[in-house]
Amino acid sequence: MNALWRLALASAWNRRLSLGLTLLAVLLATTLLLSVERIRQAARDGFAQSVSGTDLVVGARSSPVQLVLYSVFRLGEATNNLSWDSYRKIAADPAIAWSVPLALGDSHRGFPVLGTTPAYFDHYRYGDRQPLRFASGQVFSGIFDAVLGAEVAQRLGYRIGDQITLTHGDGGLAGMEHADKPFSVVGILAPTGTPVDRTVHVGLAAIEAIHLDWVGGTPLPGFSIGADIVQKFDLTPKSITAFLVGLHRRVEVFRLQRKINEFAGEPLLAVLPGVALDQLWQTVGIVEQALQAVSWLVLVVGLAGLMATLLAGLNERRREMAILRSLGAGPRHILGLLLLESGLVSLLGAFCGLGLLSLFAASGDGLLQRFGLAALPLAPSPAEWRLLGLVLACGTLVGLLPAWRAYRLSLADGLTPRS
Amino acid sequence: MAIRIDDLLFRWRAAAPPAVRLEHLAVAAGRSLFLHGPSGAGKSTLLNLIGGVLQPERGRIELLGQALGALSAARRDAFRADHLGFIFQQFNLLPWLSARDNVLLPCRFSRRRRQRADDPAAAAARLLAALDLEPAATAAPAGELSVGQQQRVAAARALIGRPEIIVADEPTSALDAARQDAFIELLLGEARAAGSALVFVSHDLRLARHFDDSLALAGGEA
Repeated sequence: MNALWRLALASAWNRRLSLGLTLLAVLLATTLLLSVERIRQAARDGFAQSVSGTDLVVGARSSPVQLVLYSVFRLGEATNNLSWDSYRKIAADPAIAWSVPLALGDSHRGFPVLGTTPAYFDHYRYGDRQPLRFASGQVFSGIFDAVLGAEVAQRLGYRIGDQITLTHGDGGLAGMEHADKPFSVVGILAPTGTPVDRTVHVGLAAIEAIHLDWVGGTPLPGFSIGADIVQKFDLTPKSITAFLVGLHRRVEVFRLQRKINEFAGEPLLAVLPGVALDQLWQTVGIVEQALQAVSWLVLVVGLAGLMATLLAGLNERRREMAILRSLGAGPRHILGLLLLESGLVSLLGAFCGLGLLSLFAASGDGLLQRFGLAALPLAPSPAEWRLLGLVLACGTLVGLLPAWRAYRLSLADGLTPRS
Repeated sequence: MAIRIDDLLFRWRAAAPPAVRLEHLAVAAGRSLFLHGPSGAGKSTLLNLIGGVLQPERGRIELLGQALGALSAARRDAFRADHLGFIFQQFNLLPWLSARDNVLLPCRFSRRRRQRADDPAAAAARLLAALDLEPAATAAPAGELSVGQQQRVAAARALIGRPEIIVADEPTSALDAARQDAFIELLLGEARAAGSALVFVSHDLRLARHFDDSLALAGGEA
């Protein structure tokens, strides 16, 4: 029956237009399904690795998701600060290897400003424990030095030595410029694909200095302290927004978390960033599920098209089937023919779909980075292989109905189709 | 005996009237039988029974001494490929294959037919020429040929590899009278040359004169 299979290919080639369009539908549906899976995975990985190598994030008591939102993603505002004293006391715990204070609240042309210490550049990790790297320049050392994230520098066209001024708050209110105390850019970081790219980094003392002549969030009228004399003041901060903690031994993390959460001085919250990031992802997970649902629907449409094409083709193929039967083909061969056809279309569709996605992943880097995504992996994940298998199984299943109908028809028609 | 049928009964459903009831039918090797009957007389059903596609409720069909009922469905399919050639009313050909490839189909499906054809390509060319098909037409897709040409290609396909039995189901109904006679004479000549028994089914009694024997079917009975 070898001849039969070659004839089947010739027959399929004869119907190449309708089968080709069906193949295209299955192919695109597969591409969509796999793309959603791959982008979803990449987005989740990128998200979960926005901060790594940090054991605890500590802030004033609020919800873990909120704490991570403002301390890691620099979105929204802290409802409360925590005092410098509390920070000093907790940071003195012998289990703590390093701690980095974070002070947020100012901005530069819409980009958040982070007040921190030089230790930030040593200890902050993202992705697979990658450290921050300088594309040019170095860490701030003077009071009015600033280090820019890659996106800030690129979007605003800043270079080393440029002067920038900070704005109080998120820049939503006019006349809140710290115009009297300009900063000079001393360093620009390499891109990370994390919120660091969107951040302007300055020293903690700088945050203190620009607010010396401010009270309650506004400048004191008729009173100003010049940039040249701020050093005569004590620039130790009274409070900070949050701090990051790294431990000598990770096993200590729950003990220290409990200790901070029960801290007597003021209500604090310590969270494991991975756990909080997962929680945060859950809240955006509905979008992910909607995308998946849509891609499954598209696959259903594609496979329904395959079934419709095969069923519609059956009537005009009754003659062909009768001829094949007169040449010695049995009904089971007719069944096999139809299954082979649907199987081939789904197999080709599935693997060409994977190929198209690989092409997209290989060439689409720039596109993806615009959405803040790291480059897509080129190789399919086990989850994608499972999806591919599922597409194949569904495609074969879809072929069963037309195949069964062809089997019945060829049994009933025998050598003389009644069409 | 090429074909021998005894006490045959076939019904589509248990309660239905007989579609075919045949006391006795025999066709010797190399002979031709004209099977006549109005439409609905059970002619096509009988051909399906001879082809081993349908199974009788009762009775015995013996082809070349082999009882079909003793064979499995798969063996009947293989037997059909090896020993039987079919010509249908029309649309006999796979339209996307050339006339020549259509003729060669039985040799692809049956090793016996291939061996008996000796050199299948030469046999196909000889048959097509003998059946008056212009050489230019043999390479064209079969779907582009005229109905008359298509029927001659179908005849060549039934004849290739010299099967012992050729079954033709109203093969001339789409042809005009002059071409009918010419086609039947060509078919009979080639069947005789191949030593094949020919069963020719038609509702048109005027064609009976071409054949050795004749049998009328009516209401499923001879």
